[in-house]
Amino acid sequence: MEHSARHTVLFTTILCVVFSLIVSAVSVALNDRQVENRRLDKIKNVLAVAGLIRPGEALAREELSRRFETKLEPRLVEIATGSYVDVDDPMVYDQRKASKDAARSTVAPENRAKVRRIPNHAQIFLLREEGEITGIILPIEGYGLWSTLYGFVALDADAATIRGITYYQHGETAGLGGEVDNPRWKALWPGRLAYDDSGEVAIRVKKGRAGPVDQDPHQVDGLSGATLTSNGVTNMLRFWLGENGFATYLDRYRLGKGI
Amino acid sequence: MLEHYLSLATKAIFVENMALAFFLGMCSFLAISRKVETSIGLGLAVVFVLAITCPLNQWLYANLLSEGALSWIPGGAEVDLSFLSYLVLIGTIAAVVQVVEMVIDRYAPALYGSLGVFLPLIAVNCAILGGSLFMVNRDYTFGEAAVFGLGSGLGFALAIVALAAVRERLRYSDVPPPLRGLGITFITVGLMAIAFMAFSGIQL
Amino acid sequence: MSKPRDVLLDPLIDNNPIGLQVLGICSALAVTTKLETAVVMTVAVLFVLVSSTVVVSILRNQIPASVRIITQLTIIASMVMVADEFLQAFLYDISLQLSVFVGLIITNCIIMGRCEAFAMQNGPWLSFLDSVGNAGGYGLVLIVVASFRELFGSGRLLGYSILPTVSEGGWYVPNGLMVLAPAAFLLIGCFIWAVRAWRPDQIEEEFHVGALLEPGYEGDLR
Repeated sequence: MEHSARHTVLFTTILCVVFSLIVSAVSVALNDRQVENRRLDKIKNVLAVAGLIRPGEALAREELSRRFETKLEPRLVEIATGSYVDVDDPMVYDQRKASKDAARSTVAPENRAKVRRIPNHAQIFLLREEGEITGIILPIEGYGLWSTLYGFVALDADAATIRGITYYQHGETAGLGGEVDNPRWKALWPGRLAYDDSGEVAIRVKKGRAGPVDQDPHQVDGLSGATLTSNGVTNMLRFWLGENGFATYLDRYRLGKGI
Repeated sequence: MLEHYLSLATKAIFVENMALAFFLGMCSFLAISRKVETSIGLGLAVVFVLAITCPLNQWLYANLLSEGALSWIPGGAEVDLSFLSYLVLIGTIAAVVQVVEMVIDRYAPALYGSLGVFLPLIAVNCAILGGSLFMVNRDYTFGEAAVFGLGSGLGFALAIVALAAVRERLRYSDVPPPLRGLGITFITVGLMAIAFMAFSGIQL
Repeated sequence: MSKPRDVLLDPLIDNNPIGLQVLGICSALAVTTKLETAVVMTVAVLFVLVSSTVVVSILRNQIPASVRIITQLTIIASMVMVADEFLQAFLYDISLQLSVFVGLIITNCIIMGRCEAFAMQNGPWLSFLDSVGNAGGYGLVLIVVASFRELFGSGRLLGYSILPTVSEGGWYVPNGLMVLAPAAFLLIGCFIWAVRAWRPDQIEEEFHVGALLEPGYEGDLR
């Protein structure tokens, strides 16, 4: 069927307008819910790495918010100096967006985790029981095999023993690198030591099985079939727990506590 | 710097081969790979399209769609058009493929004839869109997107020519009737994919 | 003119999009590691397929020939974006697992193929049935492959432990090959083998060994 040029132009214009409207309308209408989903997902992950939710436990949205508000305190930390930054609401800070902004981040030195930029301020969480700090939760990110993995590592009050690790976003292969999400692998982390006696980051994901916590405190079982993802985990922990990451802050924290 | 690009290229060609590791572009991969000649033709077309669309889409994404990209327009700094990504990505791909089609028709009409309907189908070849989507997902710069696009295309071309070579030999094998053609091809590709997994241990 | 019943049921076995038409394979492989993701993917494809073909069918006499493909692409891409938005709003965890592959539904050859080959020539009701049938055929292959892969690869189905694995204190040593993507290819090859053994009319004649000696054979001897 032949159509005139005018018909073609009119048709394509109307088509574009109508479908753009449909997509935009749906996007806007669902945006709030999606933003809330992402926020709750993040809260859920911080709660999980702090050990405040058991794996597989499904909580109502209100309960998640409540637990978070009572036990966890978000703070902003200046990575270079290791000192706290006072702001009205640390929760609104978007660390990822800041990392992309040249004014709020710096270029990272060459590193195996392929971290490109370091934000000037990082969003950390302090776990408090009855006012006392019992844990520190630090954001980590780094490259695995297919994607950048974003997650948290939780340390005990001594800022050296690992409480847990969790990834809330990654694009690794399901069943292989994706096993970073496996609760059984995550359960291997609590009690391991992040640093060795000389203060260097010693924690690593080994190829193959590691021993139990008391015999092999610096190593964790590798993910079978996912060497590169496992190396990615090691590399990003080395980076973020080291001098380019939170080491300065953690040193200050330990001095403050008299350890 | 060069090392970074070299590593990216090696990953795109071998380790993260579009066809054999991600299984993208399968439809044309399986349908065209009956003869080595047409496979080379399709492979070259894919290399060309990927090498152009990946950096082009990166430029568009960085300067038009991503959050804050429109800050050169007054009032545009708050605008985040990234939800329109799919449409823009596929649009540029369709346009580039149209141009490639016209070029091939003009300068290599025999190839145009043998590729037939699969030339315009490159536009919806998952490998091409996949390349752009991975580029967005991994936040590549322009240079990285160019290397990645070229490398991915070469990887796809490598895979399809290899498969065609195997399939031409398979025609003289005694394959059980229900497995002939498509069935044995799937199994062959599965085995080739396992072979390519050997590359994933390479670290540059 | 096909009968509605044939239009609906053909694509399940006789004209299966993956097994016979060789369409829609890309996403079939990456999302079949778990049954859950395979099911969600099928539903997403069903939604996009139905909405796109029905719209294309309604507009089929208005679409100018020169912009046919890009029009179909626009409609399909828009529907995929809508599906993606809904997934992120209501099934957030699964959308994280599907990630890039939801976007790749746009290039899923089945959708483009059915729009071009069927919706452009038939009315909305038949197009609707055809889409449901094709989504069903696609889903059938995905679900069969995903079931095998999840069950033998991790001992589970839909997350529930069916074969207790050694690392859980059971007896089953998971088949590592099933977890890897190439397994999907091998499984689909076997699926095709099974279907064609059941329905011999699908067997491709071109490839049989004696063909070279038959008079009138037009294949290449290369």
